[in-house]
Amino acid sequence: MSNDADVLQIQDLQTSFFVDDGEVKAVDGVSLDIPKGKTVGIVGESGSGKSITSMSVMRLIRNPGRIKGGSIHYNGEDLLQKTEKQMQKIRGNKISMIFQEPMTSLNPVYTIGQQISEVIQIHQGLSKKDALSKSVEMLELVGIPSPKDRVKQYPHELSGGMRQRVMIAIALACNPELLIADEPTTALDVTIQAQILDLINELRRSLGMSVILITHDLGVVAETCDYVAVMYAGKVVEYADVHTLFKEPKHPYTVGLMNSLPRHDMDQDELNVIEGNVPKPGEMPEGCRFAPRCPFASDICTNELPDLMETEDGNQVRCWIYSEKWDGDPEVNVKNDYQTARSQ
Amino acid sequence: MLVFTIRRIIQAIPVIFGVSILVFLMMHLVPGDPAQVIAGEAASQQTIDQIRERLGLNDPIPMQYLQFVTNAIQGDIGTSIRTGQPVADEVFSRFWVTLELTVYSMILSTFIGLIAGIISAVRHYTVTDVVVMIIALFGLSMPNFWLGLMLIQFFSINLGIFPVSGWGTPEQIVLPVIALGTAGAAIIARMTRSSMLEVIGQDYIRTARAKGVKERIVIYKHALKNAMIPVVTVIGLEFGTLLTGAVLTETVFSINGLGRFVVESITARDFPAVQGSVLVIALIFILVNLLVDLSYRFLNKRIDLN
Ligand SMILES: Nc1ncnc2c1ncn2[C@@H]1O[C@H](COP(=O)(O)OP(=O)(O)OP(=O)(O)O)[C@@H](O)[C@H]1O
Ligand code: SF4
Ligand SMILES: [Mg+2]
Repeated sequence: MSNDADVLQIQDLQTSFFVDDGEVKAVDGVSLDIPKGKTVGIVGESGSGKSITSMSVMRLIRNPGRIKGGSIHYNGEDLLQKTEKQMQKIRGNKISMIFQEPMTSLNPVYTIGQQISEVIQIHQGLSKKDALSKSVEMLELVGIPSPKDRVKQYPHELSGGMRQRVMIAIALACNPELLIADEPTTALDVTIQAQILDLINELRRSLGMSVILITHDLGVVAETCDYVAVMYAGKVVEYADVHTLFKEPKHPYTVGLMNSLPRHDMDQDELNVIEGNVPKPGEMPEGCRFAPRCPFASDICTNELPDLMETEDGNQVRCWIYSEKWDGDPEVNVKNDYQTARSQ
Repeated sequence: MLVFTIRRIIQAIPVIFGVSILVFLMMHLVPGDPAQVIAGEAASQQTIDQIRERLGLNDPIPMQYLQFVTNAIQGDIGTSIRTGQPVADEVFSRFWVTLELTVYSMILSTFIGLIAGIISAVRHYTVTDVVVMIIALFGLSMPNFWLGLMLIQFFSINLGIFPVSGWGTPEQIVLPVIALGTAGAAIIARMTRSSMLEVIGQDYIRTARAKGVKERIVIYKHALKNAMIPVVTVIGLEFGTLLTGAVLTETVFSINGLGRFVVESITARDFPAVQGSVLVIALIFILVNLLVDLSYRFLNKRIDLN
């Protein structure tokens, strides 16, 4: 699937944590391409490996974690082959990341100005003074009022939304080609959430970068993403353009996620959450990892792990239903039959 | 900051008074008649009366206390019975030796402790970490007088590199400072390590790395400054511990410092000397605590202004 139009190509990425009771395969064979100038959403329940995938791209996995295998090609070069020194030139410069926790992601003992300036000084070699005036510009760009005063403030003097804006300013200060936003709005108020997402969108368009947007929220995906990867238990189970994904979701897990969205057009008393839990690392099912929770699960599902398969429309899905080997109801339509199958 | 400083100084005043009362009462809490105790079993009634007169023991106790405080404020903390010299002079001449011993040990503990703690934290999950922490555990569990005796045995008697006793020349300083400073180094190393490990796991350290900051700078600029906040408190407390520890070290190495003076004064039942030196030591404690509080506040002010 090599393609010049992709800024990032993740192939069979495997990242594990080696803890006392064994190996936790947090990311277990993830493959994912990020097209230039597009926004790719990664969705999935908590613990599915979204953050660890993005931290692996940044090569920020620390002990006891380790990237075990695969490749991550950025503009044709494998990031996993780079030395730490080479990675330092890429981080914050070509590929930037903003995190889930705006309240704690800034260093409490340095000013906002010092923290933005640092990244500019490292990568662009600007003097302290020039870096500071660039910092002021960046704060202005991310919509922080009276930026000249703000650069002198410490993180505790700013609200969560403001801090996340500062994080965005730090991430974008060096015009990265790729921005990884790991649930940038989860910790924020609803109104602030919308503002931050709008800001990211707008800056992506004006700066022409690619974005990986990690989120729990399919509503956000529908509004902002071009492509979507659905992750489950350390693997990508469906990858599609956003249009197809919402119109014709293929993987039962994707359909389950969509059904659990609160819908305004229906008078629902309760959310249709997917029953059961994400399997614990030590208790991974042998076959399809979703089988214990899947209303369509058939014999082959519990025995064999399906590959990520290409569908007719050029998208990808990891489910036996779309294979020749499927041994269940041949007429099954995941989207339409999900509710009935579930209630049986 | 200024307001805080002034408030902290004002808060220290009642503590100083409390200490002065305790020190004053020391003499009266000893069972029996202080004058009799000072004079010894065999003394004649006349000697005892003289002593009682000289120390003002015939006045009512509150009056005696008032006199004690008034004198102390003027720098007069009594006259040594043994030497007949003002206690203030005796204390002052020895105080520098003790302070030197304490400060050198402090510098050694802080320097070694910080470096060992940082190395241990950075090399977490490696043999280095384990080895450093085992050494620290040894350092911590060795009483300083015993370590002192071992050092004398090995370096002075067996190898003959350093002198057995005394204070003043560089050679004389080495062993006492190691003996006294080792435990402090171990404590500071452990504290630095745990504080660094906690800070290294923080989100803002991940942010620094995500910015492309070099690992060395992540550690020394982003982590260390935050990690130092609790360590400074420990270092301050350590100063007090060292000051008390100096008593034993001075005895082992026959150093003529304040600690040894107190021990000798107690043996000689020289009450004014004991009182005076304890008062001075207590005041130093209060001063050190004040400085620790202020520096803690200074490091911390960015975090909790509100
Ligand atoms: N330091 C660690 N030690 C051991 N296991 C870890 C560690 N960090 C992550 N994991 C494991 O990796 C798995 C994936 O974690 P990850 O943070 O990528 O999930 P996520 O999809 O981002 O979830 P969330 O939506 O809650 O952020 C988790 O189930 C967890 O068990
Ligand atoms: S492979 Fe089987 S169990 Fe897995 S999602 Fe598809 S139908 Fe369900
Ligand atoms: Mg996450």
